[in-house]
Amino acid sequence: MSNLFNIDIVNPEQSFLSKDNVFEVLIPAVEGEIGILKDHIPIISFLKPGIIRVFSESEEQSFYVEDGIVEFKDNTLSVLTSSIFDLKDADKNFVSESISSAEAELSKDNIDDQKRFLLNHKVEVLKSISIN
Amino acid sequence: MPSLDDLRKRITSVKSTQKITKAMKMVAAAKLRKAQENAEKGRPYSEKMNNVILNLSKSITDKENAPKLLVGTGEEKVHLCIVLTADRGLCGGFNTNIIKKAKSYFEKIISENKTLKIITVGSKGYDQLKRQYKSYIVENISFKESKNINYFDADKVGKIIIEKFEKNEFDVCAIFYNKFKNVITQIPQEQQIVPLNEDKDDKDDSGKDNDYEFEPDEDEILSNLLPKNISTQIFKAMLENSASEQGSRMTAMDNATRNAGELVDRLTIEYNRSRQAAITKELIEIISGAESL
Repeated sequence: MSNLFNIDIVNPEQSFLSKDNVFEVLIPAVEGEIGILKDHIPIISFLKPGIIRVFSESEEQSFYVEDGIVEFKDNTLSVLTSSIFDLKDADKNFVSESISSAEAELSKDNIDDQKRFLLNHKVEVLKSISIN
Repeated sequence: MPSLDDLRKRITSVKSTQKITKAMKMVAAAKLRKAQENAEKGRPYSEKMNNVILNLSKSITDKENAPKLLVGTGEEKVHLCIVLTADRGLCGGFNTNIIKKAKSYFEKIISENKTLKIITVGSKGYDQLKRQYKSYIVENISFKESKNINYFDADKVGKIIIEKFEKNEFDVCAIFYNKFKNVITQIPQEQQIVPLNEDKDDKDDSGKDNDYEFEPDEDEILSNLLPKNISTQIFKAMLENSASEQGSRMTAMDNATRNAGELVDRLTIEYNRSRQAAITKELIEIISGAESL
């Protein structure tokens, strides 16, 4: 029996990625990374900044996301996100700009712990991208 | 009776107007295709978003503590209306239809002695509403600089709405836009986004969908999701609006081109008749002059 399922990544402007031959997806959910395999139970969660890794039969793809919602149901994983890009075409300038704007946000005093955590995390992830 | 020269000038002027309207029609047609494509591409996102929210709200058991964006503040005193219009004119009844729809809603609110607040998106709406409702308009946003409709702009509007909601500045929020049906028909829409109007559950599959696992719990996801949903709804409205605007402009310019053509025909006939009359008159003069000799 095949152990493949479908993935749909959509952003508001268009359908970003649609595949029906993936066997594992790693998503940076807000409470920790989740690995999804076929026949996972239905789940709804949302994302923190991080890397989505999609393993399909032929290749492995990685995407950076900032936020979004994931839903898994009937062996279809839907990712709704407003900010996503493929790590392969990551724009150095854009990444460093995002880092500096996140750091500027961090230096403000009036942010709560949760936001501080998310921003710190975002900076970390973005930095790891720019090193590669 | 206009002189021959006047007629000739009029014909040329109508013809050049016709050229302009024809060009505008072509441009609108090209833009319409793109706008329509964009609207179609954007649909999966808002549909999925709706689905997730529907599933979530079904599994919320504690209705009293549910996020206020979903169930409302419990009052209906202050209404916030977002009127989405175009930034440009010359598109038939496009802007006027939205305004008309919005105005009838405004009148209802005012006659019920409720407080009305208006946010206009797009400069044409502001121009038309400021005469009558100036004191109610709290914000006037225009995205003239952005060439394409993008989510970033919609998100800006969404953030303003959320901010106002958190400050308890309104209880109910509705948006007005034109829904694109086809090139000839655009339907002005009124849609309530806060509190979320629970759709008449036409798909009654509630039984099997309730076994989701939530991480973190439902409330937290919902309160994270609902603000996003507002931006998504606005974005959807903006996409529909831009397709409608181009469709409406195309039809209007097509009509204008046709009218100009008819006018040119009529003027040409009139021009030829009066030219013929002048010739006949001259001939008669010559003949009667020769006869009298």
